[in-house]
Amino acid sequence: MSDAVKANGEPKNYLNDTYGIKSWLLTLDHKRIGIMYLITLTAFFLVGGVFAAFIRLELMTPKGDLFEAETYNKMFTMHGVVMIFFFLIPSIPAVLGNFLIPLQIGARDVAFPKLNLASYYLYALGGMFAIAAILMGGIDTGWTFYTPYSSSYSNSFVSLALVGVFINGFSSILTGVNFMVTIHKMRAPGLTWFRLPLFIWGHYATSLIQVLGTPVVAITLLLVVFERVFNIGIFDPTYGGDPVLFQHMFWFYSHPAVYIMILPGFAVISDVIACFSRKRIFGYSFVAFSSLAIAVLGFLVWGHHMFVSGQSTYASMVFSFITFFVAVPSAVKIFNWSFTLHKGSIKLDSPMLYVMGFIGLFTIGGLTGLFLSTLGTDVHLHDTYFVVAHFHYVMVGGMVMAFLCGLHFWWPKMTGRMYPEGPAKLGVMFVFAGFNLTFLPQFILGYMGMPRRYHAYPEEWQALNIMSTAGATVLGLGFGLTIAYFIWSLFKGEKAPANPFQAKGLEWDIPSPPIAHNFEAIPIVTWEAYPYGPEEAASQSTETATEPAKEDEIV
Amino acid sequence: MSDFPLFPAQASTIAWQVDALYGFLVLLTVVFCILVFGMVTIFAIKYRRRSDDEQPEQNHGNLALELSWTIIPLFIALFVFLLGADVFFRLQRAPADPLEIYAVGKQWMWKIQHESGKREINTLHVPKGQPVRLTMTSEDVLHDFFIPAFRVKNDVIPGRYTTLWFEATQLGEFHIFCAEYCGTQHSGMIGKVIVMDPTDYHDWLMGASASDESMVEAGQRQFQALGCETCHKSTSSGQGPSLVGIYDKPVKLKNGQEVTVDVDYIRESILQPRAKIVDGYEPIMPIFEGQISEQSLLQIVSYIKSLTESAE
Repeated sequence: MSDAVKANGEPKNYLNDTYGIKSWLLTLDHKRIGIMYLITLTAFFLVGGVFAAFIRLELMTPKGDLFEAETYNKMFTMHGVVMIFFFLIPSIPAVLGNFLIPLQIGARDVAFPKLNLASYYLYALGGMFAIAAILMGGIDTGWTFYTPYSSSYSNSFVSLALVGVFINGFSSILTGVNFMVTIHKMRAPGLTWFRLPLFIWGHYATSLIQVLGTPVVAITLLLVVFERVFNIGIFDPTYGGDPVLFQHMFWFYSHPAVYIMILPGFAVISDVIACFSRKRIFGYSFVAFSSLAIAVLGFLVWGHHMFVSGQSTYASMVFSFITFFVAVPSAVKIFNWSFTLHKGSIKLDSPMLYVMGFIGLFTIGGLTGLFLSTLGTDVHLHDTYFVVAHFHYVMVGGMVMAFLCGLHFWWPKMTGRMYPEGPAKLGVMFVFAGFNLTFLPQFILGYMGMPRRYHAYPEEWQALNIMSTAGATVLGLGFGLTIAYFIWSLFKGEKAPANPFQAKGLEWDIPSPPIAHNFEAIPIVTWEAYPYGPEEAASQSTETATEPAKEDEIV
Repeated sequence: MSDFPLFPAQASTIAWQVDALYGFLVLLTVVFCILVFGMVTIFAIKYRRRSDDEQPEQNHGNLALELSWTIIPLFIALFVFLLGADVFFRLQRAPADPLEIYAVGKQWMWKIQHESGKREINTLHVPKGQPVRLTMTSEDVLHDFFIPAFRVKNDVIPGRYTTLWFEATQLGEFHIFCAEYCGTQHSGMIGKVIVMDPTDYHDWLMGASASDESMVEAGQRQFQALGCETCHKSTSSGQGPSLVGIYDKPVKLKNGQEVTVDVDYIRESILQPRAKIVDGYEPIMPIFEGQISEQSLLQIVSYIKSLTESAE
């Protein structure tokens, strides 16, 4: 493998190293596992997207005339469950994290390759339970599974879906453990913590939340299943349970979970913005530690989902107070990214256009979060379309934009092919414009009081809902175009050089696509992250070591 | 309403305060967006790549800038927190002596009862210019009582009471929504608040289909029928504590704790009397959990409350 063996006239790489379906399904190569995640995730994204399309179609008219109420309720529930648990939470870590963490730290694989494959199969198994629940008739509780509706009243396939999410949780925990150990133990010689790309810092913070938070939601959802099956009184007051207890336990995970979804987005943005402005990230350590600060603060703010749940006034005050602290590290990131552009050499290729879109949409998403952490306005806005809009600004405007940004940026590395730049630019425009047209009107609808999860609504809100549906159409076209040219590029795309964007980082020093074991020889790192400057480029050593990182380097 | 409204009606005393806060936050959002978008756009144009071999000068950050964009947002955030907490307190604390109205949510309707005993479903008649407090509970799943025009909302929870209050400032009809997803017909669990002149409200209460039994009278009737007064006498001579003059007052429990006798405590002491026994009494009261409907329970609770009001 060390010499460039030609297969079909091409150098050996991780894609043509072995052939056959078994060589993929039983692979221990982190890169192949990343690709398998990408394919499965995309399938879930399409399923969730179809539900979203049906929701927007129904809401074009005020009357609930397209679907039965029950069908509509199942569609928004399954949109949420599929998108959150089977697309957003795994997305960047499972695809880009898996593919890139070993490459960026100069390792030949993750710490536990078999566990990594097991994570994938747990994800797939959990996903099959969710798909089974959908095919058998669906689930109608809302993705938040609030009790006692979910535990005692719903007649849909709640247990099946909850078991699916439960199993999927283990995939998340194992991936988190794997990444943390990999980042601690497998860094190349000389690659100290502060020489790591911020992509690694973001994934480290994410893994921390996955490992600490996921067990709580897993057991909570299992308790709901127990209450459904055995009528044990935990959440249903008829059996002596407490329905609000569920909300505490659910949000203890699910608030940090939104940071599981957004921190990897931050991770991608940092790397891409540095490359396309040829600048070291402004305030590297502030950006790195703000990720950790968000991860830690995330565990202390769950009660801000419960300001009108009958929670004590003083508890609400404390949760609101702590929530405002989350605004600070988020603002720090935005300002540091913006200042990275200062006196840079900026090229607006499509990954960078996604960065620009991300900064814009995440800024709006973050600032509208203030409306919801402010007690006086949240009472009115809670459970309205304002929340829906805010959440989508952060999750789609933030996370999905960042995911697409990262996919474009590392697509040549992953596939060995270039995506076509013209359609890519068109795609990002469609996504950006369609997204804003979909969700800006929803802020207004929310302030007017349109509750979320409504199948029918008063007539005066139709115009804004039609705008939103029109926007969703444009957004859908953007996503469709993107998927189409990505697939096209696999066959017809230009062959990618090792480093098409003149980016810095260990993954760009090896061929595209990389060989199965990543590095012929393990590099020795003597430079800081993002050495884009002239003096720094000169100091870059080409030395390599044959041994992995020394044990005493470990922090 | 116009065909393309952007704001809900401003029909309660608190509404303008919430709107002012909202306006301030919109302003803050716009200012920050202009700052960030402006900065990013100007940099992207000014520092665009002019030749492919450009190597810009590097810098590692600037501590003064870092500290200023850490500390300034922190102070802005804390200021917004204080503004929000102030409005929240006013949303939570009803003025003294509000008009009490009771609501029970069930899949998928709102059952309302006024103190006079008059009942209505999915409509809520209230007088203008008078604070109204709703005490609410649910017969089944979680619901949420939401009146956008008044900017008030609170979850309605099975097994406990929650309250919200408002003072309507505008005559007319306004939406009531259930804002907590509650099952199939969730979006059909809607209604109307009808704000009336106080005299019209009075006439409405006394008019056709008026109840000949007020909530307190209905509560008293059931209090007697269930045999409560055998032990809970008006003097302290009974086997249970007297209920006269106890509402909203602290009471010492057997385990040494002190609780305030509020609607939730009264409710719990009827349904699960052994949960919190008053000091000096034995746990001999039968459990009424599952024996009394939510509406009857509200009537008994309002009767027990009235024993304090008439004593004062």
